[in-house]
Amino acid sequence: MPSDLKDLTVKGLWSNNPALVQLLGLCPLLAVSTNVANALGLGLATLFVLVVSNVSVSLVRNIVSNAIRLPVFVLIIASAVTCTELLMQAYSFELYQVLGIFLPLITTNCAILGRAEAFASKNPVVPAAYDGLMMGLGFALVLVALGSIRELLGTGVLFADMQLLFGTRAEAWRCIVFKDYEPFLLAVLPPGAFIFTGLLIALKNRLDQYFASKNVKPTASDAGSKRARVTGVIR
Amino acid sequence: MMLQQVSAPHLRAGQSTEEIMLRVLLALVPGIIAMAHFFGAGVFTNIIGACIAAVLCESLCLRLRDRPLLLYLKDYSAVVTAVLLALALPPYSPWWLITIGTVAAIALAKHVFGGLGSNPFNPAMVGYVVLLISFPVQMTQWTAPSSLAANPGVWDSVLAMIGSEAYDAVTMATPLDLLKQNDGFMVSALWQQYPQFGRFSGVGWEWINLAFLAGGVWLLQQKIFTWHAPVGMLAVLGLMSALFYDGGSSSSGGSPLFHWLSGATMLGAFFIVTDPVSGATSNLGRLIFGALVGLLVYCIRVWGSYPDAVAFAVLLMNFAAPFIDYYTQPKPYGYQARDADK
Repeated sequence: MPSDLKDLTVKGLWSNNPALVQLLGLCPLLAVSTNVANALGLGLATLFVLVVSNVSVSLVRNIVSNAIRLPVFVLIIASAVTCTELLMQAYSFELYQVLGIFLPLITTNCAILGRAEAFASKNPVVPAAYDGLMMGLGFALVLVALGSIRELLGTGVLFADMQLLFGTRAEAWRCIVFKDYEPFLLAVLPPGAFIFTGLLIALKNRLDQYFASKNVKPTASDAGSKRARVTGVIR
Repeated sequence: MMLQQVSAPHLRAGQSTEEIMLRVLLALVPGIIAMAHFFGAGVFTNIIGACIAAVLCESLCLRLRDRPLLLYLKDYSAVVTAVLLALALPPYSPWWLITIGTVAAIALAKHVFGGLGSNPFNPAMVGYVVLLISFPVQMTQWTAPSSLAANPGVWDSVLAMIGSEAYDAVTMATPLDLLKQNDGFMVSALWQQYPQFGRFSGVGWEWINLAFLAGGVWLLQQKIFTWHAPVGMLAVLGLMSALFYDGGSSSSGGSPLFHWLSGATMLGAFFIVTDPVSGATSNLGRLIFGALVGLLVYCIRVWGSYPDAVAFAVLLMNFAAPFIDYYTQPKPYGYQARDADK
């Protein structure tokens, strides 16, 4: 894998993750992540829109003048969202109904416009498409992680309603993790979304710190080195 | 002759955090005894469970934050939070309920924001609200006062705490519940109909509140806090209930005495609203803070959808405390008010 694509992978999935680092697109992230099925549905829809919009923006980047670039980007994103919406109506109508307003609202998801403006409008098609894929995956992964935490704590069950996405055979995927579980309603309610997103961000930062402290190499500034000092004399 | 040389400051406040917290715990004792008298041994199992959970959770958080364990554990702040939370929970709560509440109070409300002194919200009330929102059924089942039904014994309360279903307790609606659900009865008829009502408010509740009042007045005399916040809260709560009492009709909100001596009023007024960290800081600010808490308590109790409201009122006003501080900043000595020149 070329190094710039590898760099894009790391950035999209971890170091510049749209949900955990850029904190973009929080509205659908918080509202839809009540269970895994919804989270995965919205994550895939966002991923699709992000790839399509990044490719299209990158294709037209040289013929759109700077002054009108934002309206053009928004139009491109909106058409991609409309396609997604129609596809979902055709193939998974129940999920379309469950996601409701948050599907059309993907248009206003600032993570998508952010990528169009910051990356796709300055790069050729292949890196732009790859960037869209990785950013979308990063967003979808956080959505699914948040969705599974909230579903597990809020209901004691995982993978309920997966038939909305994968058809009737997925009904058997529902697994009851805790029996006789007293539902922890806060996890499903809006405050839970904020609290658990905050905890995920904290966990990510903590892991970063841990890796940084592990990878620290003994540098020249350690014992025995000379110190540069401009005031006073060291005796 | 040697003169002893001591650097400034020469005037010190005599009280350490540890001492203040111990006095607060001591002041809670009359209220705890009154509660145990009316609700049985479940009050003690609540307190013990919450204290154990709080100390464990505090140690874990301090460990994660690389802070010295003993130094922070022996200021007793975690224990005070635990006891306040335990008193707000219904007696005979199961261990998992107590633990979730305590973890929310200590880890989420206190350590996430930087530990004691940095928390914008009252930890005990955050724990209580997390539980009230998450487990409404368990959080609204109060056992009947001992004069109306026999309380479970000590063994039964231990069983209740480990989550066993094998104990019996009679639960009854609290007086605040009854008044809220009242439709069509005059207040005096309501009083005759339900045995839960006592002389001024609920059977038992009036004594519990008086006991907390006594503890609070002792703390006031010890100068642990100033009179502003509790007086502000009780005054406005009384004023509001006097205004909307309308002689005890069927749509009445209850008399001032009823509101003063019901639910968590006195516990809130003297032990929650007076929190020096999450409240306003100047004396005028404290008065405003307390008054608005009192206003919110009355509004939520009478027109809101929850029977008691101290926790919600305190948390809402904690949001507003920095704003109150901004407008009630005391003038430094020697400065003149800008308007005085005109």
